Amino acid sequence: MLEQYIPIGFMFIVAIIFGIVMSKLSEWLGPKNPNDVKLSTYESGMEPVLSARERVSVKYYMVAMLFILFDIEVVFLYPWAVNFRSLGLFGFVEMLVFTVVLMLGYIYLLKKGALKWQ
Amino acid sequence: MELLIPVIKISVVLGVLLGVVAYTVLVERRVAAAIQNRVGPNRVGWNGLLQPLADVIKLVMKEDIVPKQANRFIHDLAPMISMAIALITFAVIPFGDSITLFGQAIKLQIASVNIGILYILAMTSLGVYGITLSGWSSNSKYSLLGGLRSSAQMLSYELAMGLSVIGVVMIAGSLELDKIVQTQHGWMWNILLQPVGFVTFVVASFAETNRHPFDLPEAEPELVGGYHTEYSGLKFGLFFLAEYTNMVTSSAVITTLFLGGWQIPYIGLAGLPAFWVSILQVLAFCVKVYLLVLFFIIIRWTIPRFRYDQLMNLGWKVMLPLSVLNLLVTGLVILYL
Repeated sequence: MLEQYIPIGFMFIVAIIFGIVMSKLSEWLGPKNPNDVKLSTYESGMEPVLSARERVSVKYYMVAMLFILFDIEVVFLYPWAVNFRSLGLFGFVEMLVFTVVLMLGYIYLLKKGALKWQ
Repeated sequence: MELLIPVIKISVVLGVLLGVVAYTVLVERRVAAAIQNRVGPNRVGWNGLLQPLADVIKLVMKEDIVPKQANRFIHDLAPMISMAIALITFAVIPFGDSITLFGQAIKLQIASVNIGILYILAMTSLGVYGITLSGWSSNSKYSLLGGLRSSAQMLSYELAMGLSVIGVVMIAGSLELDKIVQTQHGWMWNILLQPVGFVTFVVASFAETNRHPFDLPEAEPELVGGYHTEYSGLKFGLFFLAEYTNMVTSSAVITTLFLGGWQIPYIGLAGLPAFWVSILQVLAFCVKVYLLVLFFIIIRWTIPRFRYDQLMNLGWKVMLPLSVLNLLVTGLVILYL
């Protein structure tokens, strides 16, 4: 059963080695003459002001949370979809109820303006 | 012998994939030039055919700059993640039926796992780490904004992507990519059975690969280079390669799910030997994938970029309800037709 995954394991190893070698190549082969200005972060040619690690807009957190909610819905749908034909009408109605409940939540968050970007 | 076959398959597939990706960069530049009425790179080698090699050598010989403020370990790690994930996704794509070589039936697929679709979705969602980590670790405002935008965008479109695949799964009754291709024999391609699912999946693929018109993470006029502003040398090149690899992989996934994979309609009637049928099927798969790649490229050079709020509205208020609706309609049709 699990031996199907052996080639994937090989591929993982090859891909990771390829990534490491490629990302180190210019460090090994390229010139090295760093100076203070070159190593400062880019800010359109001005002196960098403060650090970039400040608070970010709450909108991004909202998107992440809503994503988790809806992604769990999608995960529930996969086994249902595989067995759809054998479940028949009963399975369809069950999933309809589930989806309607979720869509009610979706309409609520649209009304609340959780997805409004200005 | 048992282990030799997968190793050969992996080396061939990775070689072809990287070669195709390197030349796709050149194709994109030539197509862009043609669309903008220029010539494009044609000096290195015959008609510019050695340009990819020249690009790589140039990038290798550049200085590797890591900003002082950056988190060095993650800054190194991020391009590696992007590239490795982009390559690994290809492992479950069936690029042909089985072929008989030296009296042995060989399946033309690196790993035939029974949850192929889930594997692809899982890997594409891991791809967001490379971009987000590179944005955060550079400690530059432009990079951070690019990384944030990209993670929000990829999360939003992953929903539509996951939902539009479900229609295909319902028709095939399996998550195995091989079975999904086999159900699409003749002209029963899923693009005809699932037109809405096809459109939502293609749009979501554009957003997942950060390609135009959804390339807000690296929108030049506002964010300089986006998440890779602070990268140089081959580490910058890796992000570039990863983007093109993702493009090729998404085209392969779209082909497998909706365009019949390696199927050529009614090839069985032509009476060819089985070996040549397999070869033709592999070629058909490559042609379909590359036509989609060309579609990706042409879109990039003809359509203007979205605004960020338009992008989020499209993802959450159009694509999500549309794919849920598509799901319900598919269910009804399967039940009553």
